[in-house]
Amino acid sequence: MSTTATVHQTKWWSGGKSPFNLEYGKLMMWYFLMSDAFTFGAFLISYGAIRFSQNFWPDPNAVFNAFPGMGHQNLPLAFVSVMTFILIISSVTMVLAVHAGHNQNKNGVIKWIAWTIVGGLAFLSCQAWEWHHLLTGGHGVLVDGKIQMAVQNMRGNPWGKLVENTTALTAALNNTPHETLVQLIHFHDHTKTLQELAAMPDTQLRGMIDLAEMHIREKGPVAFGGYFFGITGFHGFHVFSGVIINSIMLIMTKKGVFERKGHYLMIEKAGLYWHFVDLVWVFVFLCFYLI
Amino acid sequence: MDHQQDVVSPEITFQHQHSDADFRKRVRKTTIILSILTAIELGFGLTIYTIHKGENPNPTLVLMFKGMISILTLAKAYYIVSVFMHLGDEIRNMIMTIVVPLLLFIWFITAFIYEGNSYKNLRNRYDPHFRETMMPSQHHKADTAVKTQGGKE
Repeated sequence: MSTTATVHQTKWWSGGKSPFNLEYGKLMMWYFLMSDAFTFGAFLISYGAIRFSQNFWPDPNAVFNAFPGMGHQNLPLAFVSVMTFILIISSVTMVLAVHAGHNQNKNGVIKWIAWTIVGGLAFLSCQAWEWHHLLTGGHGVLVDGKIQMAVQNMRGNPWGKLVENTTALTAALNNTPHETLVQLIHFHDHTKTLQELAAMPDTQLRGMIDLAEMHIREKGPVAFGGYFFGITGFHGFHVFSGVIINSIMLIMTKKGVFERKGHYLMIEKAGLYWHFVDLVWVFVFLCFYLI
Repeated sequence: MDHQQDVVSPEITFQHQHSDADFRKRVRKTTIILSILTAIELGFGLTIYTIHKGENPNPTLVLMFKGMISILTLAKAYYIVSVFMHLGDEIRNMIMTIVVPLLLFIWFITAFIYEGNSYKNLRNRYDPHFRETMMPSQHHKADTAVKTQGGKE
């Protein structure tokens, strides 16, 4: 390659050119991404420190085991692997968009950046579903000798220690108010409507509850929700802004802005940002879902 | 310097030119590597899940699998940054200005994980209430219990 020879001859620091062989905007994008890596790193490390400071931490396979349309089936890691592959593929389409830009191929850029936007939107939809599922799905939790319905949010985590003491559970069931019994049964068994269940007497409702199948747990660490929603939310915000940036790139490409400029460096910068979003997800995936 | 003719900006001395065939091969290879690494990670994740469900989960074995997953994640990060973000093609000085500051993470992670662990140990020693709430041994017992009911959720 003729370029290899040039590298050795070039006096990089003699002025008149970029000593890093990068134009200003792209170099600054790199430094922004480095600082953003520290922001994400600090969040994840703070999560790690809190997790190490607890005697108990919920098992991710118990928390993230749902899949859209599959009801209450226990499918650990399934949905998040779909999300991961969506981001990897959208990263690949972004590489192809940048390459099309190198070749001054306007239609190629339009095609691949459009697919990248589709991938980003698909990922955001998945995340919206997952958040909705965690925020609304009630679970039976043993608190102060009573069973409560609790969801995963910023104030509580329903995936504490599993309660194995059946006598305590039976006693708790007798203290549990009518509405909670109705919700508990309805969550596990949709054959009867809430109204039908509500009309039944408590003794009959208690008879319908199979404690072994209910997985009644204690409350888990409160910090779980804050870290999970905070960090995946911050990442989701990056994906969202990446989709916005890519959409602007798509419009500018269509209008021929880069064609008139004679180069598609802007696409490269957007590409760097998008790959970074994928890179962060690799670590979020590791810290929250895998380990 | 005729090769400067097609250079996009006066700041840039030379551009990386990969032929289309080369490029396609490289992207395909990297995509496959990333997919395989992710699949292995998921496999290890499910292995950990199975170990947790077993009679006596071996914490060392679980930790080993978690360590291997972390190493695979670093490998994925390397491929994304080096190939997809083309950092591997930049000149060495530029790479160093990005990579060297990131070495701070070595201290950052070690120090804060140590900090969290030390906080836990101190509280277990001096705060009997905290010790009683949720001990690690019970964590594993709890997971064993999940198994006896698992699968039919």
